[in-house]
Amino acid sequence: MIEILMVDDDEGDTFMTQEALEEAEFVNNFHVVRDGLEALDFMEKKGDFSDAPSPDLILLDINMPRMNGHEVLAWVRGHSVYKSTPVIMLTTSSSEQDILKCYENYANCYVTKPADLNEFNNVVKIIDKFWTGIVKLPRNSRS
Amino acid sequence: MIHVLLIEDDEGDAFLLKEAMDKTQFKNTLHHCCDGIEAQDFLQDDESSRPDFILLDLNMPRMDGHETLKWIKANDDLKDIPVGILTTSSAEEDIRQAYKNYASYYITKPTTFEDLQAVINVIDEFWLRTVKLPRRS
Repeated sequence: MIEILMVDDDEGDTFMTQEALEEAEFVNNFHVVRDGLEALDFMEKKGDFSDAPSPDLILLDINMPRMNGHEVLAWVRGHSVYKSTPVIMLTTSSSEQDILKCYENYANCYVTKPADLNEFNNVVKIIDKFWTGIVKLPRNSRS
Repeated sequence: MIHVLLIEDDEGDAFLLKEAMDKTQFKNTLHHCCDGIEAQDFLQDDESSRPDFILLDLNMPRMDGHETLKWIKANDDLKDIPVGILTTSSAEEDIRQAYKNYASYYITKPTTFEDLQAVINVIDEFWLRTVKLPRRS
């Protein structure tokens, strides 16, 4: 069972992602947090997240309140346990500067969210097919 | 047009990968280097040889995939290029080390051409048609 953590403040996007993953081919547990600070609490199992699993895969938005995706990515890549955890940037931004900055900070890949509902659903299924279907994920970050 | 660099010492595997890439929907060019040393020479040659995406084997003579990956990810001009590992090894230590050194993903090579084609089709659908690759101005 793959533990997926989605870090995104947009409730519509997290709802659509969850719906698409429920219909997807591969079984996974899906968790949502609303900003970077909540993501850190989830990964460090603090407060309400004391029983949270260590994520195997992180879906990370960029533009969020309190702590944005670039800051979360830098934190993850500097963390002794989560350094190796794959991070998929999933964002509305298609700015070349954001794309380059994420790859320079070792995001595993960068995907833009389509505005169209059907296309969004399709993109989530493609992400799922690649990351949970054919990729070997690192074991060391699992709980 | 996406430029792919394949770093692979096994001529048979390189041939099959080229065949499989040719059969995908997306237009791409594929350059092949036989090991890490040849890849270093190619990547340092000039700006026009910069690939959009790298497929890297692990077990190679002279300079293996782990060393090649470390070298690419420590180079400020190259570190943003996504590097996918495609290898026969399914050792947990290889997987752990590859992600620790910032591999974009790790896939074990299937043993039949049919299965290899299926894997390449998924890589094509995700990396060449869904993902935004970095573009240096």
